[in-house]
Amino acid sequence: MVKKNELTSVPHKILEEAYKVGIDLSEENRSGTLLHVDQNTIYSKVNEFFKGKIEIMDTKEALQKYPWLSDYRWKLIDKEKDKFAKKVAEDFSGGYFMRILPNAEVTFPLQSCLMIMKRDLEQRVHNIIIAEEGSKAHIITGCVQHSAADKATHLGVSEIYVKKGAMLNFTMIHNWSEETLVRPRSATLIEDKGTFVSNYICLKPVKDVQMYPVALCNGEDSKVSFNSILYGHKNSSLDIGSKAVLNGKGSKAEMITRTIAREGASIFARGRMEGNNSECKGHLECRGLIVDEESFIQAVPELIARKRGAELTHEAAVGKISEKEIVYLMTRKLSRDQAVSIIIRGFMDVGIMGLPESINEEVNRIVDLVAEAS
Amino acid sequence: MVRKMNMLEIKDLKVKVENKLVLDGINLSLKGKESYIMFGPNGSGKTSLISAIMGIPPYEVISGKIMFMGEDITEKSVEERSKLGISVSFQHPPEITGVKLSDLLKLCLGKESEDEFSEEDRKLIEAFKLTDFLDRDINVGFSGGERKRAEVLQMIFLKPKLLLLDEPDSGVDVESLKLIASEIQRYIENTGSSALIITHKGDILEYIKAKYACVLFKSIIYCFADPKHIYENIKRRGYEECVNCQDRVTEGW
Repeated sequence: MVKKNELTSVPHKILEEAYKVGIDLSEENRSGTLLHVDQNTIYSKVNEFFKGKIEIMDTKEALQKYPWLSDYRWKLIDKEKDKFAKKVAEDFSGGYFMRILPNAEVTFPLQSCLMIMKRDLEQRVHNIIIAEEGSKAHIITGCVQHSAADKATHLGVSEIYVKKGAMLNFTMIHNWSEETLVRPRSATLIEDKGTFVSNYICLKPVKDVQMYPVALCNGEDSKVSFNSILYGHKNSSLDIGSKAVLNGKGSKAEMITRTIAREGASIFARGRMEGNNSECKGHLECRGLIVDEESFIQAVPELIARKRGAELTHEAAVGKISEKEIVYLMTRKLSRDQAVSIIIRGFMDVGIMGLPESINEEVNRIVDLVAEAS
Repeated sequence: MVRKMNMLEIKDLKVKVENKLVLDGINLSLKGKESYIMFGPNGSGKTSLISAIMGIPPYEVISGKIMFMGEDITEKSVEERSKLGISVSFQHPPEITGVKLSDLLKLCLGKESEDEFSEEDRKLIEAFKLTDFLDRDINVGFSGGERKRAEVLQMIFLKPKLLLLDEPDSGVDVESLKLIASEIQRYIENTGSSALIITHKGDILEYIKAKYACVLFKSIIYCFADPKHIYENIKRRGYEECVNCQDRVTEGW
């Protein structure tokens, strides 16, 4: 497909799918947009107002434009890490490159969408994000498979750099299909006083996702938060982890994972924190709700301390909705059904993530569905 | 002459929890429009009684009857009882992730989560020193005093006719206790409602004007007398001797 200059000239069927993963089609409340369909970036644009603050383009284009970008490519992830990384190293179709310039405060999110339309496609992308010193930005990226392409593979390597004093809030929304195999490989480097917030939302059925993004908190007082909302249903297999390596003095990590499993879903919710500095702190929270007898959740929290002062804690709970909580709400004039809805809504509370409206609607729809099933 | 209906009437109530009999034939009549204090040692069944009145599982009524304002509520659900005007303040309320105190207070007021609090509601929230907690998940990381203040405020927002308070004075700092108890007293005076208050301690009697107290001991309710008098007796002689005393008063039943 030829690259388009306006989002309005992109075929409607593509835009429709993009909307479902949070892409704001009016672009009014976004600072920049990139659309990568199958093997090509078909659209990339920085909104007028944000020119000089951000850059957004296809990774291949960026590698040509900026020779220095090779210093950022394959620096956080080993090409030889596994067969999926190897494949992306061999050949890739581009991906998104986003750069927030030094000290730029970007009020509206940058958005990108990676889409698969062709059946049996193995999409291989390499994404690079650089949040330069003192910058502040939000990114919403949606990965989606068009319903016509029921079977496909997505391999995505993402390397993210959060430099001194920068703040990057990165939200990834997955919307695959029941026949998609998904293997993202991501790593983030966080420098002094840098903050990285990673939100991951997976609400649609998917055949198999396995990912374990890593955050390297190398900088002094660097911070990372991982928040994940996983709704496993229709035999989805989700193996989702996050790993924080706390190397810097005063570095901090927080991980919050909420999972719901039903209709034969199997979910592994992993979390690993490595305390390698005598002044580091981390907390991991994982909660899982299992709604029927066919599904499965395994929480695997791991805390590794290599220095005496490392302070790492976790709490994990999997099971049904607490009867005590239901009755508590019923003493507040609520019916059992209302109480269950409120608890599930709270459980899936993604308010902190500042998600696009279309995703909040989807979360609400799921809350109602799960409440009914409970 | 029409006999005045009692607010709460409990007849020969037997309650079990997980196959263990916890209340074995309780009788209790409360006329209403005032506060009643209930003393009793740990494990005497006070929480079981309150739970049975509210209908909270796993407390299960196996025989007997609970009448509220002339209506048999023994078989009614927790929701129905709360709608009839019974409200409970839990000793150990649960933490509910993602459900904010403000959401819960609005539910108690019968408002939607998009609705705003009225000026009057806000004043009361501030009086309970809970303004800073509105956006916090209910009870998560709350101190003992904060939990109790949140419990009692929710209760007042529910506008109940009968307030069941399970040890509102346990694990609470002096200031919170004074605040909670004074607000309960004010609510009762202003609305003509009633309260049944479980306590171990006498401090709350400083603020709650209760004419009668009773003692629950081994599934039997003893006495109906001046709370301070009973409290002094318990302190001096212990529960066992207190309920064995000869000058039993039953006025007020």
